[in-house]
Amino acid sequence: MAAPKKSVAKESGQEKADGSHEPLEFTREQELTALRDMLLIRRFEEKAGQLYGMGAIGGFCHLYIGQEAIVVGMQMALKKGDQVITGYRDHGHMLACGMEAKGVMAELTGRHGGYSKGKGGSMHMFSKEKNFFGGHGIVGAQVSLGTGLAFANRYRGNDFVSLAYFGDGASNQGQVYESFNMAELWKLPVIYVIENNRYAMGTSVTRSSAQTDFSKRGISFNIPGEQVDGMDVRAVKAAGDKAVQWCREGKGPFILEMQTYRYRGHSMSDPAKYRTREEVDKVRHDQDPIEQVRNRLLAAKMSEQELKAIDAEVREIVNAAADFAQHDPEPDASELYTDIYR
Amino acid sequence: MPIQVLMPALSPTMEKGNLSKWLKKEGESIKSGDVIAEIETDKATMEVEATDEGTLGKILIPEGSQDVAVNTPIATILSDGESAADLGKAPAPKAAAPSPNVAEEVAESRSPVGEGKPMIDAPKAPPAPKAVAEPDPEVPEGTEMVTMTIREALRDAMAEEMRRDPDVFIMGEEVAEYQGAYKVSQGLLQEFGAKRVIDTPITEHGFAGIGVGAAMAGLKPIVEFMTFNFAMQAMDQIINSAAKTLYMSGGQMGCSIVFRGPNGAAARVAAQHSQDYSAWYSQVPGLKVVAPFSAADYKGLLKAAIRDPNPVIFLENEMLYGHSGEVPKLDDYVIPLGKARIVRTGGHVTIVSWSNGMSYALKAADELAKEGIEAEVIDLRTLRPMDTETIVASVKKTGRAVTVEEGWQQNGVGAEIAARIMEHAFDYLDAPVARVSGKDVPMPYAANLEKLALPSVAEVVAAAKAVCYR
Repeated sequence: MAAPKKSVAKESGQEKADGSHEPLEFTREQELTALRDMLLIRRFEEKAGQLYGMGAIGGFCHLYIGQEAIVVGMQMALKKGDQVITGYRDHGHMLACGMEAKGVMAELTGRHGGYSKGKGGSMHMFSKEKNFFGGHGIVGAQVSLGTGLAFANRYRGNDFVSLAYFGDGASNQGQVYESFNMAELWKLPVIYVIENNRYAMGTSVTRSSAQTDFSKRGISFNIPGEQVDGMDVRAVKAAGDKAVQWCREGKGPFILEMQTYRYRGHSMSDPAKYRTREEVDKVRHDQDPIEQVRNRLLAAKMSEQELKAIDAEVREIVNAAADFAQHDPEPDASELYTDIYR
Repeated sequence: MPIQVLMPALSPTMEKGNLSKWLKKEGESIKSGDVIAEIETDKATMEVEATDEGTLGKILIPEGSQDVAVNTPIATILSDGESAADLGKAPAPKAAAPSPNVAEEVAESRSPVGEGKPMIDAPKAPPAPKAVAEPDPEVPEGTEMVTMTIREALRDAMAEEMRRDPDVFIMGEEVAEYQGAYKVSQGLLQEFGAKRVIDTPITEHGFAGIGVGAAMAGLKPIVEFMTFNFAMQAMDQIINSAAKTLYMSGGQMGCSIVFRGPNGAAARVAAQHSQDYSAWYSQVPGLKVVAPFSAADYKGLLKAAIRDPNPVIFLENEMLYGHSGEVPKLDDYVIPLGKARIVRTGGHVTIVSWSNGMSYALKAADELAKEGIEAEVIDLRTLRPMDTETIVASVKKTGRAVTVEEGWQQNGVGAEIAARIMEHAFDYLDAPVARVSGKDVPMPYAANLEKLALPSVAEVVAAAKAVCYR
């Protein structure tokens, strides 16, 4: 595995001079799915931001706006039975996994109808049914846990893959490398998806990381890695396909560094003074993942009206979720003492 | 003068071993570094290297000898110019052994009752004074009892559960090919293979997290920590991930996992390797915490822990691994978690302890009996959930209570027991509850200081007398 990056690239046959890949072209159906799923996350997060401002959501609330192409593109590369786990910026991951907006929003407002009956909140939600394993508030913990999910797949001899998402900040945690070591040692089918949004809370990657090319973070363990344009859902899907195939074939873990950007602060309470307004606006204007798809669809002769219809459908789901989340009752007081032991 | 070769100690807790083989004959010349003999403990076979040059003069302990005490002279080496005739000049073997043997004395003071030498499988050890044990309700009368070490009881418990459930596996440092750092997992690799008996790198935080992740996916890992001292590196995964996930997921996603390994002080391994985590873990809702004392309880409770759908911290004690006890010969001996056991009945004072603390408690009860004080000794066995009922019922009878623990006193388990007694049996108390505990210091290395830092039988006796106003 001397040059893993190349060996994978050869299989895809689309290698460019710099070792990266042309994004696969999407069918119209795929473009529409991607657009709808990304829009759902965008509108959901905007609404969550509003509800937070109104005091309906408490505590920490980390929005995923700007990063939508990653979870949506990766989900398109998975099959039923694959597992997903992530950190605290998790709303987008849950929606992409097919969890209902209503249940996620009601968890944000701490209501009984939330995915964790209101006991987990924004950072701690799970769905056994959708194979979503959280939602973890401790930076980096999900990397070992996700490696454990892959361990279970290998133990059971199935061909499922686990996706462990984490950020550029978590990439500096020690347990990440402990996990890398064991994952490669035991050839565990786990894809480490590093969502590099350039800031770990308020600290930019250049101020926190000696090696800012996160795709290389697995080199000392012989784990192949690639940098991916995380703002282009087609590039994400293409990279996801390759990584998934690598894992399903029993070749061990794979690292994907998704280069992305979060438009909002680290959390709702972050004024984001560590970067300029211009920097944010430039990414929004030039690279927005949703606008990219929309523009391609318009260029392919889809009408504004058709696109508006998708937006309206998504808004309806989000509004219904917000309505439910504000009217559903809080958990019964008796729930205080349930779910501590089985 | 001829040099004496002494029976070496091969681990901090070794007190005896078998001399399995001599590799040099009398009269053969020996260079420093030569392997002269093989010694076998209950954990391993080790080679004895000569540290001196000369000729092997006389073999004092023939090969095949069992239970040779550490520091017993096993041979003499003649230096250049000395001959067999000089052998008479060697001091008598007994006198040559360092005296007093401090290490042994310390271990003795902390060994379980009736087991002067905790690391021996010990048919020759002095018989344990019979505790007036209440029959364990889980064992049918007339059940055949098998004597085995706690190490074997643990191994059997894991093997039985692994046979029963293919989702159970063990992972940890040196659990497979090395057969366990303390030989607790001996033979498991041979029976279950490398898929289910997994050597990990030295990476506690990482493999604890992988274990929890595998448990969230439905497997039932047994995660062995070489000692719980090293589990501090893994505490985030144990508490934040394993203990809290069921609650945080509204009951959807649980974690059936056992974290086990030796806890507390071994012997002469100093502060970083001698810490009791009873209080630390038993504070956390979502965890169950088990800390047994007897061989039967080690087996029955570990089986229950593995089956439990919750994360269980199973605190073992290295000093007890070689201690033998009777284990009921039953197809499936499972002791429910959360039930204390009255090991000795008495009406004058209640002594509550668990794990190795029981060794002080039981010896103290013997001492007290000589002075006419009948102590009721409760082995808590499970610290969370705590069997408050059994403690309170006993205190209502005796009116007095002493707690015994090796851990520190502040916010300790003894403090919790005292609080519960106050809450539930205040009107029955004839004296304030007394606590005997480890001293409020990091564990020192020096033998005398280490002994002082730990609880002692004398302290338990004094505390019991104090609450009896005697």
